[in-house]
Amino acid sequence: MIEFGFALKQTRSEDLDKTSLERFHRLLELTPSFKRCFQCGNCSATCTARQFTDFSIRRVHTSFRRGEYDGLAEELRKCMLCGKCTLVCPRGVNLRSLIINMREILDEPQKTGKR
Amino acid sequence: MKKVAIIGAGPAGIEAASVLARNGVQVTLFEKSETPLKNLQDKAFLFPNFQAAQEIIDDLSGKLLTDGITSAFGVDIVDVRWQGTEWKLFDSKEQTYVADAVLIATGYQVFDAHRKEELGYGIYKGVITSLDMERMIKHGKILNANGDEPRRVTFLQCVGSRDEKSGNHYCSKICCVTAVKQAIEVRRQLPKCEASVFYMDLRMWGQGFEEMYRTAQEKYGVNFVRGRISEAAGTFDSRVQLKSEDTLMGLPLKMTTDLLVLMVGMEASCGTKALGKACEIGGDYGFIRTVNPHLYDNETGKPGLFAAGTCKRPMSVSDSINDARSAALAVKEYIDSVQSGK
Repeated sequence: MIEFGFALKQTRSEDLDKTSLERFHRLLELTPSFKRCFQCGNCSATCTARQFTDFSIRRVHTSFRRGEYDGLAEELRKCMLCGKCTLVCPRGVNLRSLIINMREILDEPQKTGKR
Repeated sequence: MKKVAIIGAGPAGIEAASVLARNGVQVTLFEKSETPLKNLQDKAFLFPNFQAAQEIIDDLSGKLLTDGITSAFGVDIVDVRWQGTEWKLFDSKEQTYVADAVLIATGYQVFDAHRKEELGYGIYKGVITSLDMERMIKHGKILNANGDEPRRVTFLQCVGSRDEKSGNHYCSKICCVTAVKQAIEVRRQLPKCEASVFYMDLRMWGQGFEEMYRTAQEKYGVNFVRGRISEAAGTFDSRVQLKSEDTLMGLPLKMTTDLLVLMVGMEASCGTKALGKACEIGGDYGFIRTVNPHLYDNETGKPGLFAAGTCKRPMSVSDSINDARSAALAVKEYIDSVQSGK
């Protein structure tokens, strides 16, 4: 039987007025080389985990940059820390450090309130 | 009469020599090769108007015959030193020359694509550089590794530019528009062949460049993909399989192509690096450093020592020629002031 009714839908736009970038700024302090990222996608193109799963490190760190943290901790478990992304990055971003620090920040217990 | 030495017979060196000679200055034009305009000889067409490079070569070669220019080709100047009243130039055979002012126009060389091993240049025949492609366009024969007409040609931007791994943080400025130009040329010569350009940003900085990009999309159907190719591998049939991320789709991308064209950046030439070091005017990445990029961009800070063209930074042919004219004026003003004892 099909149930009819109403449900609240989450908006799917980025709201930069409401998003807190506090965790992102903390990440930049821990891995300052991430400031240099220019979104070329070399990291995810060469990613070993990407060959077997739908893991995209570029999408993960871009989401983190935008303050969209939902689901990232789970995504980051797919990374095996092989370090190929660090080898190919043309801007010299230390991606292994970035991934470890993202994991640590996301594992911290969150205060109440949005994100 | 005051004498000026110009080192390097590329577009900048020749243009500056002819302007100075027409203004009554005696110029000796040194060139380490036996022939002038070596880099330009490889070019087929110049962006954005597809003017044949040969026309520029012919015009500049004509200017070489201006009265007052002495050509010294096959002479490799390795050091330049101030002797209190004049400059002394030393060549590789330990001969010396004197001049009242020296203009360095020693130019650039392209990035050696072998250094990006993961892209397979020198390993797979289907991987070529933009310079190889330019030569093929010039001779009207764009061929794949098997000597056949390619069905698909793919360009990759920023090889040796904007790349910390090769030590070059800077943008080489001319590769974006060159790839668009070459992609149009491929589609013109081979209408059945697909052309794709992998880019991170397309920097269409000059007049007419953006229009050329539109033309490539609208008229020639060139395919633009935002992503950087991370690896290239050869296939059994001598094609090239490349791996990238399509950053706009957020998806990994695989593609097989007949030719992968690496858009190699511009680096300071060996001569530029050597003279920059010898005269203590070497700047970032071995290019010549000028006093002030806005106000005194031909002056090196040493009296009577000037620089013009791509020995300072990546530039297009037209920008080099313009820069040479401004350098010629700076040199002329300098020798006039010396002559009048100011």
